[in-house]
Amino acid sequence: MNLDSFIDWILLPLIKIGILFGLLSLVIAYLTLLERKIIAFMQVRLGPMRVGPHGLLQPIADGIKLMLKEDIVPSRADKIVFTLAPVITLIPAFIVFAVIPFGPRSIHIPGFTIPGLNVQVAERTTGFFITDLNIGLLYVLAVSSIGILGIILGGWASNSKYPLLGALRSAAQMVSYEVALGFSIMGVLMMAGTLSLVEIVNAQKNAGAWYVFLQPVGFILFFICGVAETNRAPFDLPEAESELVAGFHTEYSGFRFSLFFLAEYAAMIVVSSMAVTLFWGGWLRPFPNIAALGFLGLVPGFLWFALKVLVFLYFYLWFRASWPRYRYDQLMKIGWQVLMPIAIANVIVTAVLVLWLGGSR
Amino acid sequence: MLETTLFYIFSFVAIVSAILVITQRNVVHSAIFLAATLLAVAGIFLTLHAEFLAGVQVIVYVGGILVLFVFVIMLIALNRTEVERQFNRQWTLAAITAAVLVAEFAYVIFRGKETFPLPSATAAAPAIAVTGNSQLVGVSLYTNYLLPFEIASILLLVAIVGAVVLSKKKTAED
Repeated sequence: MNLDSFIDWILLPLIKIGILFGLLSLVIAYLTLLERKIIAFMQVRLGPMRVGPHGLLQPIADGIKLMLKEDIVPSRADKIVFTLAPVITLIPAFIVFAVIPFGPRSIHIPGFTIPGLNVQVAERTTGFFITDLNIGLLYVLAVSSIGILGIILGGWASNSKYPLLGALRSAAQMVSYEVALGFSIMGVLMMAGTLSLVEIVNAQKNAGAWYVFLQPVGFILFFICGVAETNRAPFDLPEAESELVAGFHTEYSGFRFSLFFLAEYAAMIVVSSMAVTLFWGGWLRPFPNIAALGFLGLVPGFLWFALKVLVFLYFYLWFRASWPRYRYDQLMKIGWQVLMPIAIANVIVTAVLVLWLGGSR
Repeated sequence: MLETTLFYIFSFVAIVSAILVITQRNVVHSAIFLAATLLAVAGIFLTLHAEFLAGVQVIVYVGGILVLFVFVIMLIALNRTEVERQFNRQWTLAAITAAVLVAEFAYVIFRGKETFPLPSATAAAPAIAVTGNSQLVGVSLYTNYLLPFEIASILLLVAIVGAVVLSKKKTAED
């Protein structure tokens, strides 16, 4: 393996993975604080105020607390599966980020010579993403569908009633909404004609419009199903505290609980990022085809991306503060009798329009 | 040879966990090893540059079918299945079937070069690189293999209708 392919395939991805992992952990930690603060403000409270100014050090205190807490494994639990389940949920939640494009392929690294060794390193261009797969969208769907398995196994391995009920609910809910989620993406897929996430954003640039304006129904379906897939309010039945204590993670404590917790928040960021990438133009500035607004292009792409993701994360918190939880039968009715038919109709209408207008690529 | 090494790793994982699927007494443990087998097979697809198949393998088998398996398993009283004697009375039949299968595999491995000649790597590779794996699968499904594809979809439709009819019947009796 020569030096250039070593840099391209091992060194650069490792650096990017390191940066992304660090940033992601930080974002997840402060997302929990943001959640408590925003919901507190919506309910005319102050939220955490004691640790640091305006509670800014609260996530760190929470983290230390979770690390130091006693690790309790129920005596009748299936110990191996009990240990494995949070890991099965956490790993997919993080490796999804490998294909999410945070910015364009625009990082220029000038060529240089390593002093002393007299080795020439060529000039190269890389992007604000770890990799660009030709099955990017399928990869996201596939990897995030593995996470369900961890939740079900965790609920089963606890050998306790509430976690089992929570796990059963969550399995049914996630399998049902995954179908509608897949259908809601098909419209975008047909218009972009590619599964690569980078190319989908580029297709939106070429089309001169974010796909949300061409696929409004698809976007609404996607976000509803995305909220349901991440088990967040108003679809948080798997961990409904008033009936199931804490659902599938009732028996988990300390560090193991925090793995489930991290996975849930990582999944929220994934759904928001996917909504931004597929429907809201990814790293593109608003109105990418209007030259008069060119000054907006001075803001780097990944900041636009982060800003848009933040809006969707805010929606998540807003939903939680505003809406009551659905009942189980209502949940299934919405999933199969409302969202599914609309999603299929959307696919058919989009297909006809794409064929009729000769493809809007 | 990175691809060969990866192939051996994935096939080792697939075979070992496949054996564990049938030897584990606890059904949930079997299901976990089944997940490992399916993921390893997806890995083998990736080393063969069948990215679309790998993605679909994970979505359909791990994300769909396996989750439903586990869903059903959890509703069964597991304590009984662990103690219960599994029926192993068909050793002769199983041995014969296995022997036939091994013979078939051996035949294919030894005579395969004539029956299924390898496509020359230089000719096939550029076409895939240009159009992409998913597009190629789609095109061949809707042109060369349209009839089998439609038959499969009708079969699935019949299965869905059957499932609905069966579940409706049960509620009427209740």
